[in-house]
Amino acid sequence: MTGPITVDSLNHWFGNGEARIQALFDINLEIQPGKLTILMGPSGSGKTTLLTLIGCLREVQDGNVMLLGKPLRGATPKQYNLLRRRLGFIFQAHNLHQSLTAMQNVRMGLELHKSANTAEFDRACAHLLTQLGLGQRLDYLPAKLSGGQKQRVAIARALVGNPAIVFADEPTAALDKESGQKTVELLKRLGQVRGTTTVMVTHDNRILDLADRILRLEDGRIVHDTASTIHRP
Amino acid sequence: MSNLMMRLLGRIPLGWLQLVSNKLRFAAAASGVGFACILVFVQLGMMGAFSDATRLSYSGFRADIMISASDSHELFDGSNVARRRMYQALAVPGVQQACPLFVGMTPWQQADGSTVEFRTLGIDPELDSFFGPEMGDIEALKLGNSALVDRHARGLQPDLLSHVTREQPLKFEGLGQQLSIVGTVSFGGGFAGDGFMFVSNQTFMRLFASRFSGAPNHILLRVAPGEDVDVVARRVRQALEVPSLQIRSLAQAIEQDVKYQTTVRPTGLIFGFGVAIGIVVGIVIVYQILSTDVADHLREYATFKAMGYSQGYFRSVIIEEAIILAVAGFFPALIASLTIYAVMAKATGLPIEMGPDRALLVLVGTVASCSLSGMIAMRKLATADPADLF
Ligand SMILES: Nc1ncnc2c1ncn2[C@@H]1O[C@H](COP(=O)(O)OP(=O)(O)OP(=O)(O)O)[C@@H](O)[C@H]1O
Ligand SMILES: [Mg+2]
Repeated sequence: MTGPITVDSLNHWFGNGEARIQALFDINLEIQPGKLTILMGPSGSGKTTLLTLIGCLREVQDGNVMLLGKPLRGATPKQYNLLRRRLGFIFQAHNLHQSLTAMQNVRMGLELHKSANTAEFDRACAHLLTQLGLGQRLDYLPAKLSGGQKQRVAIARALVGNPAIVFADEPTAALDKESGQKTVELLKRLGQVRGTTTVMVTHDNRILDLADRILRLEDGRIVHDTASTIHRP
Repeated sequence: MSNLMMRLLGRIPLGWLQLVSNKLRFAAAASGVGFACILVFVQLGMMGAFSDATRLSYSGFRADIMISASDSHELFDGSNVARRRMYQALAVPGVQQACPLFVGMTPWQQADGSTVEFRTLGIDPELDSFFGPEMGDIEALKLGNSALVDRHARGLQPDLLSHVTREQPLKFEGLGQQLSIVGTVSFGGGFAGDGFMFVSNQTFMRLFASRFSGAPNHILLRVAPGEDVDVVARRVRQALEVPSLQIRSLAQAIEQDVKYQTTVRPTGLIFGFGVAIGIVVGIVIVYQILSTDVADHLREYATFKAMGYSQGYFRSVIIEEAIILAVAGFFPALIASLTIYAVMAKATGLPIEMGPDRALLVLVGTVASCSLSGMIAMRKLATADPADLF
C-alpha cells in the first residue's frame, strides 16, 4: 500500500528564459500516513515550493506527485479543487477572514462539504474551538483575538473538515515560543486522534522532538532524512 | 439579519458580512445605487408622462378608426384631410358614423399678463356618440362662441374655473373673439400646450378664419356593432386608395403617436438618454465598489481557493453583494422618487405617476445592472493565486 503522498523525480523551476532558476532538484519522497513530518532547511532552500506542490497550490512541471492516490501531473482545475477539499492548510499568517467571527471562519472549512449535515456544522465548530481553548471566544472577530488565538482558529478551520492531510508552513512564526510550542503540540495531538497526516515547515528547533520524521532541504535537494537513518541497519 | 440571510443562502452570508463590516462604504455604495435609481425614475417619469399625456389627449374620443394625412404624427400636426374623404368613407360597408376634427392653438391672456396656450379641438356637438363623459357638457357647445376649457391647464389660477357652468359662464378674449367658457374638462397640461379647449366646428371657423370647414385635420369613424375594426379599416383603405392619407385604427394611431413622442421628438429622446445615463452611472458606481471590495479581500479569497472553494462560490458571493446593494439602494430611491413625482406633477401639471410595473422594472434593472458590474469586478478573482499565500 502506498502512503498518502508519493513524490517521484520532482523538479521545479521559477521564471522564464535567462531568469529561470531551478528551485527543486529530483525530489523523491514517500510520506507515511498518520505521522508528523517536519521539513527544515535554510531560507530559500525550497521548503515552501515543495509544500505548495504537494499541497495542490502549484502546478507540477516535471516529475509527479501522487496525492491520496491521484496523480497531480496534468490534473484539471476541478480535480485540484476536489483534492484541496480533502486537505487542511495552515498558513504562516493566519489568513482568517476579517469580517467573519471565529465560528464563521471555522465553518468556512465545513461548508465545502455539501453532503455533510449542515445542522451539525455549528456544533462541530464550537466543539473544536472549545477543544482549542477558544470556547469563550466563539463570536469574536479576528481583530479582537491575539496572535495565538487567531492561529488556533486557523488550525480549527484546517482541521474541522477532517482532512486526510494537513499542511502547515511555519505556523508558529508569528507566535511567541510558548504558544508556538503549545500550538504544535495541539496540532500533533489532534492529528494523532484523527489519524491525520501532517507535513509542517518550521525553523523552530524546539518543536523537532515532536516530529515523527524530519527532512532537511538544502538548495532544492533533500540532504537529510531521519527516516532513512532510523531504518538504516 | 445574518441569520435570515444564512437560512436563505444555506451558507455563511459572506457578501453581506463583508458589506456591513465597512458600514461607511456600504452606505456610500447604496446611496450611489439609489442616486442612479432616482435618476432613472425621474427620466422614466417624464417619459411616462409624455406617453400618458399623449394617450390622454385621445381619451375623450369614442371612435374606432382615424383618417389623417400621412405626414401627421400626432393630433396637432400634419396636413388637412378633404372632407369628401369622409363621405367616401361613410359609403364603405361597416362604417357607421364619421366625425371631422379640427385642431389649432388658442392663446388666452391672463390678468397677470401671462398667456395660457390652449390646444383647441373643433368638434361637432351633434355627434355626441363620438365623445365620452371625459369631454363634459358637450351639449353646451351648441351655444355660439362657447368653449369647454381644461380647469387644470398650466398657468391658470387654480380656482379660476372651478365654479364655471353653463349657467355661470366665464368670458375671455382669444384670437380676437369673445369666447365664453361654459364648462370644464380635466385632462391636465400636455407638453405642446398648456391644456385643452373644445369648441364647436362653427366656433372653430370663427376663431381660425383661414381654416375652411371642408378641410378638417382628422376624421374619426365608428364601425357598426359586431364589425371588426381592422377589417373595416382595411376596407376603407382600399376604398379611398389615397397615398397622402393614413387610415389607422384609433388604438394604432395612439400607439404610433406615443412612439413618436418618446423616440423621435427631441424631448422624448433626451429622457431616453437620461435613462441610459442613469444606468451607466449605476453600473460604474457598483463596479467601483465591488472591484475595490474584491481587491480588499483578494488574500482571503485566495485562502478560500486554497481550501477548495470554486469560482462558482465566489461568483455567488459577488452576486449576493450586488443584490444587497441593489435592494439597499432601490427602496430609499423609490420613496424619494414618489416624493419627487408628486412635486413634479404639481409643478408641471403633467400626469407623472409611479406604476407598480415601473417600480418593478427599475428594481429588476437595478439588480441586473449590479450583477453585471459584479461579474465584471469578479474577473480580478481569477488572479487570486493560492500559491502566493505561503
Ligand atoms: N514565486 C516565485 N518566483 C520566483 N522565484 C521564487 C518564487 N518563489 C520562490 N522562489 C525562489 O525559489 C527558491 C525557493 O524558495 P522557497 O520559497 O521555496 O524557499 P523556502 O525554503 O520556503 O524559504 P523560506 O524559509 O525563506 O520561506 C528561492 O530561491 C526563491 O527565491
Ligand atoms: Mg517558505
